Amino acid sequence: MNRMRNLFIGFFATFICSWLGLVLAPHIQFGGLKEYLNEDDNQYLPPARTGLAERGSQVYAANGCIYCHTQQVRPAHQGYDLARGWGARRTVARDYIHDRPHFLGTMRTGPDLTNIGHRQNSVAWHHKHLFAPATVSKGSIMPPFRYLYRKQRIVGAPSPDALQIEGPDAPEPGFEIVPTEDAKALVAYLVSLNRMYPLPEAPVDQ
Amino acid sequence: MPPPTDAAERAYIDRSCRAPVLFFFGSALFWLLVGTFFALVTSIKLHDPEFMTRAPLPDVAKFQAGGSLNANPISMQDVGFLTFGRFRASHLNAVAYGWASSAAIGVGVWLMARLCRVPLRRPALVTTAGVLWNIGIAVGIAGILAGQSTSVEWLEFPPYAALIIGIAYAMIAVWAVDMFASRQCDHVYVTLWYVLAAFFWFPWLYATANILILLKPVQGSVQAIVNWWFGHNVLGLWFTPIGIGAAYYMIPKVIGRPIHSYYLSAIGFWSLALFYSWNGGHHLIGGPLPAWVITASIVASVMMVIPVVVTAVNHHMTMRGHFGMLRYSPTLRFIVFGAMSYTLVSLQGSSMAIRSLNKISHFTHYTIGHAHFGLYAFFTMVMFGCMYYIVPRLCGCEWRSAYLIRLHFWAAAYGIFFMIIALTVGGLVQGLMLADPAKDFVGEIVPMTRPYLVGRSLSGVLLSIGHVVFAYHFILMVLQLGRREGGPVYFNPVEAEVRP
Repeated sequence: MNRMRNLFIGFFATFICSWLGLVLAPHIQFGGLKEYLNEDDNQYLPPARTGLAERGSQVYAANGCIYCHTQQVRPAHQGYDLARGWGARRTVARDYIHDRPHFLGTMRTGPDLTNIGHRQNSVAWHHKHLFAPATVSKGSIMPPFRYLYRKQRIVGAPSPDALQIEGPDAPEPGFEIVPTEDAKALVAYLVSLNRMYPLPEAPVDQ
Repeated sequence: MPPPTDAAERAYIDRSCRAPVLFFFGSALFWLLVGTFFALVTSIKLHDPEFMTRAPLPDVAKFQAGGSLNANPISMQDVGFLTFGRFRASHLNAVAYGWASSAAIGVGVWLMARLCRVPLRRPALVTTAGVLWNIGIAVGIAGILAGQSTSVEWLEFPPYAALIIGIAYAMIAVWAVDMFASRQCDHVYVTLWYVLAAFFWFPWLYATANILILLKPVQGSVQAIVNWWFGHNVLGLWFTPIGIGAAYYMIPKVIGRPIHSYYLSAIGFWSLALFYSWNGGHHLIGGPLPAWVITASIVASVMMVIPVVVTAVNHHMTMRGHFGMLRYSPTLRFIVFGAMSYTLVSLQGSSMAIRSLNKISHFTHYTIGHAHFGLYAFFTMVMFGCMYYIVPRLCGCEWRSAYLIRLHFWAAAYGIFFMIIALTVGGLVQGLMLADPAKDFVGEIVPMTRPYLVGRSLSGVLLSIGHVVFAYHFILMVLQLGRREGGPVYFNPVEAEVRP
């Protein structure tokens, strides 16, 4: 093994094995999945995201949501995910074809968000939760995302999307808290997270 | 031409490494301090979310509402760059690329020169790569704090920063091949295999992952497996070979006897290369991928028992009869602590890949504990040990104080021990409670984990003390303020005198 060429052939051969197995083969096998057309209601699954929700996924990325929240539901034999009501079925590769980057995550300091838009679809709730998590979720250790909101003086009538905040986080009289474009996009993304639909490879048990 | 005697030849080679290796060590320690700061703040934020969320800025709303700056002076405002998610990513990248990789390059460069038995070739190339490397990391961390993180674990740096780092790394790889081609040694020692392979593998990994996830993204689930093929190989094919290679060099060097078995070291190396590279899929057990990908990775993870046990036996048999030297040699104490941790953390890793255990440990602090076990108790401790050996040979003076080294060792050893305990126990309880759907997530599980997270922050304070002490000691050495007489620094000089 003292010859340089032999050593490098060895380095290359061992490494290329894993590259072929864990990079190339998966890409060939499930790297070109298409949406599934549900004949009953003529809907493509998974549905494409709106522009605002797509932008929201970038806010999700920029602020590191993945460090505490997963977006994957494991099958019943591989964990408690279904028992906790985090989904109607396990998630499969096709569920993620619109995701750039992927947000599967590795940590559950907070709950899984695969179907958060199904569990909680109130835009007002999400804004309040992002602004002051513990006010709507007692005991939460989620960081407050107040910097995604803006305090402004009320001119005339209060803004329709102003947050209904009481207590220590409330603004001074004459001022209101409104979401920035980033906050609106993030909430649009969160309420769009809904993978409850059945797929041929992942049916929903009735 | 190198001078004729062995000792003089080594001194000559060491001198040739001086500027580039000290540059990499210095920047490594700088990023270690930066990364430690991010780590502590991140850790505190996890149990106290209101900690450091605001920075002093003008109150824009009041200003716009007609106030003057004088009437509304600077007040504390919420800012994005202080948020948990950005600090968490900054911590990982500062310690993984800033600290651990810079230390690995510094140690690897020095080992290459020593083992090829030639003075460092093209020192300017190595130093230039080091400067670029630091620029890349600084730009990358600034990008993350500004909200441009890619949100892909281990690859958070925005593409423009990744490009700078990739170029710097390619320069090191070219240098390593050139250095190896001009070697003067008859025998290629196993450490050289490890270092050379690591220098060859990492640029390939880094380029592939950046291209397939960020520049020309593949589909979501394929991104995930590429992500973890890369993420696990940063550990398996970059940090581990450098750490193991360094231990293979330092242990025989310090105790003054050859390695127990060359045959075992060859098995250990090639089985590591073959199995470790397949481990990545065990981060996705239960995830949205075909079962074969996951199963292949689980098999490879369990097969890792072979290289780990082989290496452990080889190191142990080499050390046998010389464990008493741990009482006085700083280098040996750090390296053996690291080598033993490698065995333990790798066996733990193999067990975590088994589906029935992974079901509980996945997605909990248990995994975070495992990551720190590997990157700190193994790799970082080995790097500290190497630096205690190498720096005096580059600076031409000895470490100033055995007390400071002892303080560093015990702060690091106790700190990482308590951190692993807090995260492992906390993670297990968390996993078991999650498995019971009757336990409320925010109401029961989150409050249960908080004391463990506070414990982790406290252990982090211990680690920080060790880092500050070591950085201070290193600065004294670079400023040529080390000791010039009395020989090397030992923990217990009296025992060192009567060594067999």
